[in-house]
Parts: sequence; C-alpha cells; structure tokens
Amino acid sequence: MLITIKYFGQIAEATQTQEEQLDLPQHSIGDLLTVLYSKYSALQLKDFKIAQNQKLVGLDTLLTGEDIALLPPFSGG
Amino acid sequence: MTDKKPKNVFQDGAISSEFIGNSIYKHQTKTSIGAHNIFLGQVRADVIEGKTVAAIEYTAYEAMANTKFHDIRETAFEKFELTCMHIYHSLGTVKAGEICLFVFVSSPRRKVVFEALEFIVEAIKADVPVFGKEIFEDESHQWKVNS
Repeated sequence: MLITIKYFGQIAEATQTQEEQLDLPQHSIGDLLTVLYSKYSALQLKDFKIAQNQKLVGLDTLLTGEDIALLPPFSGG
Repeated sequence: MTDKKPKNVFQDGAISSEFIGNSIYKHQTKTSIGAHNIFLGQVRADVIEGKTVAAIEYTAYEAMANTKFHDIRETAFEKFELTCMHIYHSLGTVKAGEICLFVFVSSPRRKVVFEALEFIVEAIKADVPVFGKEIFEDESHQWKVNS
C-alpha cells in the first residue's frame, strides 16, 4: 500500500524532508512508526502526534491508505 | 444572523493594524451588535540563554488547520450567542512586536464575547496544527512551545 507521509516543523527538520511516499505492507500506525524510527533515528527523541486523513490517531489504528502526518507540539498564536 | 461560511484564516506575514482597523470598521453596518471583543497575539522578543528572538516563522498543516479552525467556529457558534466571528493567523515570518493572531468576536451583549474569545483562543492554541520557529538575532533558531 502506497502511503503519503507528511512531516512538519521540527519533525521535518529531523527527517530532512517534508513529504514522501512509502510502500508499506504493515497494518497499523504502530507498524509504520517502527519503519520510520529505523529510517530516521532522530525521530526517536522527538515528541509528535500522528494524523491520518487530518484526524489524530493512536498506535493501534489501522492504515487506510490516506495521508499520514507527523505533527510536533502545536505552537500557534 | 450568523456568519458560518468557510473563511480564509491564514495570511502571509504579519497582520497589519490597518487590516484590524478595517475589520472593525466593516462591522458598523451590523447594528444588532452591541459588543466586540478582540484578541491580538503579538510576537514576543523572548531572551533565551542570552539570545533574543527576532521573529517567528510559522508553518502549518494547512488542510487540517483549516478544518480545525472551522470546527472551532462551529463549536463557538453553538456554545455562544455570537453575531459573527473572525480568525486570522499568520504564516511565514512575523517579526517581534508584530501581530500573528487576530480573533474578533461580536455579539448583541458583552458577557458572551468575553467567554467566547477565551474559549476560541485556547482552542486554537491546543487543537490547530500550526508550528512556530523562533528565529534569534544571530539566525539560529529553536521551536516554540506553547505554555
């Protein structure tokens, strides 16, 4: 399953990219995270939330193929 | 009368005092309003370990942020008797002393606008995926954290 992953703020700084597509056999957000942690070790030190199709999701949520975003702490205003 | 159509929340760079003044002026035709309340977020020149913040560079997950702004609007209209509300947030660079957030609520009566404004500003800070990068005078940076 081809999934678009978007990175923001200090997360994009850690991954050195703002967006990429990964072909993933994994089933859950947790599985995706395992892949990302091994690809970008700097991510392991970062605090972030994960959104799928613009909604925050937990580690047990299944991947649907919709866009994933890694969101560092919000600091608007 | 409510004012629920989707809004363009994000503006490039600082929000000018002319824009804010003009927004107030435009409401003179809405004569059911008896009270406005305005929140202006201003970039603070914090000093951190001897370095002074010169500007904040804002980025956002724009699609999700616009959805969240819309949800906040809908909730605010449900909770409070508002005549209208407007939210503007900067993207890109805003220098210390400039305005980066402008929230404007209006109602027939004053008590409502005090409560509504606080609710809206706190919801924006907590729920909207906007990210501030504090740029120091020496061009180094750190990531802003909301307290």
